[in-house]
Amino acid sequence: MEARSLGKVFGIGDAQTEALRDIDLEIANGDFVSLIGPSGCGKSTLLRLIGDLVSPTTGTLVVNGKEPGQARLDRDYGIVFQSATLLDWRNVQKNVELPLEIMDFPDAERPTRAREMLDLVQLGGFADHYPWQLSGGMQQRVAIARALAFRPALLLMDEPFGALDEMTREAMQQEVLRVWGETGTSVVFVTHSIPEAVFLSTRVVVMTPRPGRISEEIAVDLPPDRDLDTREDPKYFELVIEVREALRRGESGSGGQ
Amino acid sequence: MTERDDLIQETSTTDVFASFEGDIPAGGGRLSPSSLVRRYLPAVIAFVAVLLVWEGLTRLFGVESFVLSKPSEILDSFTETFFLIWGAGVRTLFEAAGGFVIGTSLAVATSLAAAHWVGFRQGVLPLAIALNATPIAALAPIFNNWFGLTNPFSKMAVVAVVVYFPVMINTTRGLLEADPAEMELMRSLAARPSEVTRRVRIPRALPYFFASLKVASALSLIAAIIAEYFGGPQDVLGQYIVNRAQLFQFPDAWAAILVASILGVVFYLLILAAERWLMPWHVSFRTSE
Repeated sequence: MEARSLGKVFGIGDAQTEALRDIDLEIANGDFVSLIGPSGCGKSTLLRLIGDLVSPTTGTLVVNGKEPGQARLDRDYGIVFQSATLLDWRNVQKNVELPLEIMDFPDAERPTRAREMLDLVQLGGFADHYPWQLSGGMQQRVAIARALAFRPALLLMDEPFGALDEMTREAMQQEVLRVWGETGTSVVFVTHSIPEAVFLSTRVVVMTPRPGRISEEIAVDLPPDRDLDTREDPKYFELVIEVREALRRGESGSGGQ
Repeated sequence: MTERDDLIQETSTTDVFASFEGDIPAGGGRLSPSSLVRRYLPAVIAFVAVLLVWEGLTRLFGVESFVLSKPSEILDSFTETFFLIWGAGVRTLFEAAGGFVIGTSLAVATSLAAAHWVGFRQGVLPLAIALNATPIAALAPIFNNWFGLTNPFSKMAVVAVVVYFPVMINTTRGLLEADPAEMELMRSLAARPSEVTRRVRIPRALPYFFASLKVASALSLIAAIIAEYFGGPQDVLGQYIVNRAQLFQFPDAWAAILVASILGVVFYLLILAAERWLMPWHVSFRTSE
């Protein structure tokens, strides 16, 4: 995925808001990139541009070697939102099968694939449950299974754990890393949690608000197999501090305008 | 929901069930006999109390039967004319149910078209809402003329027109009331509009659809009986009530009204059962864990 001087303006005339300006970003295959910044910095908008859920005002964007609209039509990415957005009238299994039905996967293949995905997110025993019978963390795992069911090259995650408590959140982060390791999908992950960004990513992209811009990119050179010990690693703390300072620099930079 | 609330007020016979709907558990969690008794006992007591007070007051003040018949007289008539009034009831129900099916089918077809084509929605819906303001019972003599006084279809047509509007308006609203997050999900999956309708819009519209069917079930009987008042075969509830009233046989008329009311309740309960069967997932049917 590649963005060149990408910009997005919402609204018209006096009511215009410039959400993003001059975004240059490259994400290679297999990367795990977090977009972090204060609210209003346009990180979710950038994710939605990649997913062709909104269109850019200026600049160019290439997703999986094509324009974002084509990538969407080719089902090159799966997306997980802050709310799980499961369909109430479908059980867990059928929710995971939804993309497969829409994409005309053969009848025989759908249940097998959905099962595989549920095993991947460790919800194999909950296939027959309905969304309202699951906890928030479990619902979000179903949403991840659904996003990955058709094996997209790219996984977009928009503050997926924002509504979860701290303990569940850390367990889910571990889960996502495992899934990422097993599937080899590239991930773009929007968050406003610094530890989350550092723990998960190969690269953290720091953004500043009004208008949203990329102020710094920080490579995270922690080992690929991260676990609880990683969260106590001095290197991890250094990186958390580095991201925090980058965010502060960004804040004061935009405050001085 | 204002038009719906107005309609519900008109049909107080079925209104009573609305308060039970929320807490009747779905198939899985049947109530024990004792909690069944506890739930329905107040309603039964109230029902019996009303009948006793009615009987008592009419006796106490010597109210004439043509003003207000006593429940005991009505019950006598009900048992004496049992097969006659139930035969009439079945024929009226046939007209009501026929019109209900026709009206609902046309309404659903219109709603799907309105949800699919913006132009259709903008052009046809305001017209439909304007027509809805017409007192539809006034059409009965005209339909009798069009389809023939003795043809049950003349009554079904009135019922169909009456049923059409609440079902069409509510179902359209349900189809168009999309959850933005679900729409975004479907867009991310590059779902075709027909897929979005089938997999998200229709399930989301079902609660609206059934709410309108409950109103329509009561309306359909009202409309059938009113249409019968304007003439036609004599062996139907509307004509029977008119004839007995003209002969000052008011307990007979009341007994026929009782039949109509029982039919209305049964119709309503059938729709409630269909609702549970088609959307067992809905919030209102969830048992507490």
